[in-house]
Amino acid sequence: MSSVAPSIAFAAAQPATGAVAPAFGWAIARDLRLAFRSRAELGVQLLFYVIVVTLFPLSTTPDPTLLRTMGPGVLWVAALLASLLSLPRLFAADHADGTLEQMALSPWSLPAIVSGKMAAHWLTTGVPVVVLSPLIGVQYALDGASLATLALGLLLGTPILSLLGGIGAALTLGLRGGGSLLALLVLPLCVPVLIFGAGAVDAVRSGLDAGANFSLLAAGLLIAIVGAPFAAAAAVRIALD
Amino acid sequence: MTVNFFRFASPASFYPLARRAAPWCFGVAAVLLAAGLSVGLVVAPTDATQGDAYRIIFLHVPAAWMSMFIYLVMAFWSVLALGYNTRLSAMMAQALAPTGALMTFIALVTGAFWGRPTWGTYWAWDARMTSELILLFLYFGIIALRNAIDDPRRADKACAVLTLVGAVNIPIIYFSVKWWNTLHQGSTISMTAAPKMAQVMLIGLVLMVFAAWAYSIGTALARVTSIIVERERGAAWVAQLPEMHGAPA
Repeated sequence: MSSVAPSIAFAAAQPATGAVAPAFGWAIARDLRLAFRSRAELGVQLLFYVIVVTLFPLSTTPDPTLLRTMGPGVLWVAALLASLLSLPRLFAADHADGTLEQMALSPWSLPAIVSGKMAAHWLTTGVPVVVLSPLIGVQYALDGASLATLALGLLLGTPILSLLGGIGAALTLGLRGGGSLLALLVLPLCVPVLIFGAGAVDAVRSGLDAGANFSLLAAGLLIAIVGAPFAAAAAVRIALD
Repeated sequence: MTVNFFRFASPASFYPLARRAAPWCFGVAAVLLAAGLSVGLVVAPTDATQGDAYRIIFLHVPAAWMSMFIYLVMAFWSVLALGYNTRLSAMMAQALAPTGALMTFIALVTGAFWGRPTWGTYWAWDARMTSELILLFLYFGIIALRNAIDDPRRADKACAVLTLVGAVNIPIIYFSVKWWNTLHQGSTISMTAAPKMAQVMLIGLVLMVFAAWAYSIGTALARVTSIIVERERGAAWVAQLPEMHGAPA
């Protein structure tokens, strides 16, 4: 990772100890660059999402009324699994080659660096899922209003999945059976997101207002944005001890 | 008179206290359990609407309360463990987790057995039941994370962070019957209003609640003595304990 070392040295030379904005910007740009250099991996994640969603009508029933009922839930579960699939890589490579330790040692704020990494994770796994969801929703015979609600719900909810997942990824850094343990830690925490996200579409389908569900999702997102970077940074420091 | 609570923050000074107190807690729990069960199963009258099926609340309500309360106590110890870096706080949190998981499991199972005759179903995807199930998964996650980390100090801190993140779930469970209009009934007992149940039933329930408290404190103390001895086995004071003589080194 030759592009990383000068940046770190540059960071160490900066007098602004605990700087937030440059740390966030640097981390997000770096992780996005790394993600785009392994584009094939991103494509595989997206394919995983599409295939999981496709499995349900094949294994249950092609009946449009039933698909319309379970569609939002299936799309949300698939989005959660796709996010989970890529979480172990959030810190693992940087942990393995010692970059993470340098980040923790740098005078920049570690929570800011960690939130930059989480934001990059959302941009590479969450945003494609949000963009694809209206298209895949058509497979489930959802109408226009439901599709818009689904996409908006995913837009609010998938960042929460990345933020909560980041905590789990940092806690399970370098552990035996990290992947399945990560799922055990993260999935229960994500259940409320799933309930409100899928609930929003159900509300619209039954002619109600989805405002309450969106408000709860937005509240969850705000809490996660404020709290998760600090929890994840603490977990990273614990893992590096 | 000032009491130095930090004296007992040291495992060496807390160990004898916990070891002596644990049997007392179990004794109190046994007495209260016998009294509570005899009031609940024999003395208390049959409920007018639910018949004898209601008697499961004498187990269900104390277990459900303890399942949430133990988590809060674990969160409290986790704050102390992260804030003061005290080893004993993390050991207490570790000792409480299996009891909390057990109480959650009892609450779910007894709830299912109560639901079958009264609601006609073992399980419904109601807000309170779902969040209680999530609580069980949280306990399992904390225990699994602890088992996956070899270094006890790292495990202490990692579990403390996870406990605090998961603590968001507790108010959701507690207020779920108020926030959502779901199948699970609202609370019958509150601190601010007269209880909406017969005096005898209330006495039985209170006895069972205190039995659950005594049992949970007793198991936590008994478990924490084992954890202390296991973790401090290299320390001189452990080697000098009378109960350690004859034990393989």
